Amino acid sequence: MSGLDLQPEIGVRRGGLLRQSLVITRRNLTHIKRMPEMLMDVTIQPVMFVLLFAYVFGSSIQTDSPAGYREWLLGGIMGQTITFSSFIVALGLTADLDKGIVDRMRSLPINPAAVLVGRSISSLIHSSIGLVVMSLTGLVVGWRIRGSFVDAVLGYLLLIAWGFAMIWVGILVGSAMRSVEAVNGLMFATMFPITFLANTFSPTDRMEPWLRAIAEWNPISSLVQAVRNLWGNDPDGVPASAAYPLHHPEIATLIWVVIITLVMAPLALRAFRKRTSA
Amino acid sequence: MTTTSREGLAIEADGLVKRFGDNVAVDGVSFGVPQGTVLGLLGPNGAGKTTTVRMMTTLTKPTAGTARVAGFDVLRHPAEVRARLGLTGQAATVDELLTGRENLRMIGALYGLPTAEVKRRSDELLERFSLTEAAGRIAKGYSGGMRRRLDLAVSLIAHPPVLFLDEPTTGLDPRSRVELWEVLRDLVSEGTTLLLTTQYLEEADHLADDIVVIDRGTVIAQGTPLQLKDAAGKASIVVTVSKSDDLAEAERLVRSSIAEVHVDAASRQITAAASGLADMTRIAGVFADSAIELDDLGLKRPSLDDVFLHLTGHRAEELDGAAVDHAEEVTA
Repeated sequence: MSGLDLQPEIGVRRGGLLRQSLVITRRNLTHIKRMPEMLMDVTIQPVMFVLLFAYVFGSSIQTDSPAGYREWLLGGIMGQTITFSSFIVALGLTADLDKGIVDRMRSLPINPAAVLVGRSISSLIHSSIGLVVMSLTGLVVGWRIRGSFVDAVLGYLLLIAWGFAMIWVGILVGSAMRSVEAVNGLMFATMFPITFLANTFSPTDRMEPWLRAIAEWNPISSLVQAVRNLWGNDPDGVPASAAYPLHHPEIATLIWVVIITLVMAPLALRAFRKRTSA
Repeated sequence: MTTTSREGLAIEADGLVKRFGDNVAVDGVSFGVPQGTVLGLLGPNGAGKTTTVRMMTTLTKPTAGTARVAGFDVLRHPAEVRARLGLTGQAATVDELLTGRENLRMIGALYGLPTAEVKRRSDELLERFSLTEAAGRIAKGYSGGMRRRLDLAVSLIAHPPVLFLDEPTTGLDPRSRVELWEVLRDLVSEGTTLLLTTQYLEEADHLADDIVVIDRGTVIAQGTPLQLKDAAGKASIVVTVSKSDDLAEAERLVRSSIAEVHVDAASRQITAAASGLADMTRIAGVFADSAIELDDLGLKRPSLDDVFLHLTGHRAEELDGAAVDHAEEVTA
């Protein structure tokens, strides 16, 4: 080539999206190690919720679980915590976009998807730490898994599947928002009401009819009901008058995961491309 | 090779245009950078420098035109381009929560370099950029100069033959700036081709073999620093009197040998157009024979700032008000 000596000195090993993603995952996990307070959202906050709801509201909410409200509550808090993984993805992504880290990565000869895949894996690990902490807290306050081992595992897998769908929401929000503060504002204003407007903390059958319809069709209710069923935390099941998805919550949750992923993934990737190519 | 490149050009911009909606950020920028040389892309804030660099480094697609880096077209072979360039963005994009060493190793691992090679090169670069001592500390605690050095070191981990630096010394104190310049000169002497954007005319003057001046998205001048300075006109003599009372008499003395004189009462300065050093010696002699006390007597060559003023009608750095003065002092 016209006497130019412009080859990279060291051969670059191409491909390896997984390898590149894992490098970025490790970097994100190092962040957590350096700033353990990042884990507060999946540790102190949900533990506080368990304690507050179990002891403050617990006495006044009637449920049919053998261990009472506390056992019934745990599935709800788990569902809320894993829903917040969208929050975790959005915060991390916005911070990286804002600080130019994403541009730095994009100027490297790597698969551009590695940034998102790495972020997704580390966020799922982050949320999973939350699930472990929740389970331990639950055991302390009297929660037990009363189903079979396989059902117990299925319950956790369903939560992780839901977390996967939430990642796309996180990528969309993270790409659209310009600052970490904006992400915080938007997510608090939306995710908190959405996770409360469900069967997470109180049974839906005594809600106003219109509110009950919203709560029971809320995908989070399907997830929470599925987890409760699989773990044997709601032995009498939902009342006959409950909305259709709650009678088949496991299937309903899987359908929701597929729908959310199919709708949000293209939107999220488009928003990310638009944000990064300007 | 897949694309034709003009002989010896490591970087080529070919009619680059970038529009954001109705706003034309870059409007047909073309230039070439021979291998092993430094091009200074000079212009004020908002001139289109960063957008031009982003197009050349595959971060954003041009609306029209293209660029070639190391012979590869940025649109057709972005991966080949990325494998051959190093980029240091406008803000030092080091990972604040990683240590200096971890920053280097992460990027090295992303390049897919063998682990042993990454370790060896990281240590080498840390040493070279005087960061060995700080290598185990997280980058959050680094000074501005250290961050810039780390950022640059990270860009060099895979030994890219072409390096893009977007305002590499913005925000640095003068000492760190000079240190960074030395490092950059070393890199160029080793054969790296460098494109740097800057608002500092002094920086382009010090480092660049060629300068492309851009303003409002278009190239308004191109040449060596010397050519650009010649274009801006003659040198001038600047006399600063100690007492305002002497100003009128001093002006009379200067006018006795030079016709074109400008007086600024506030700074007690008289500026006269000089055609050469002979004028300087004559004026110095006139004042040596007089009783007028001088604070300063100097020959001022046109700086790149004057060039910019001459080309655009506005100063390059009026936004941050940090105009660089190139007065070459001559003792009276």
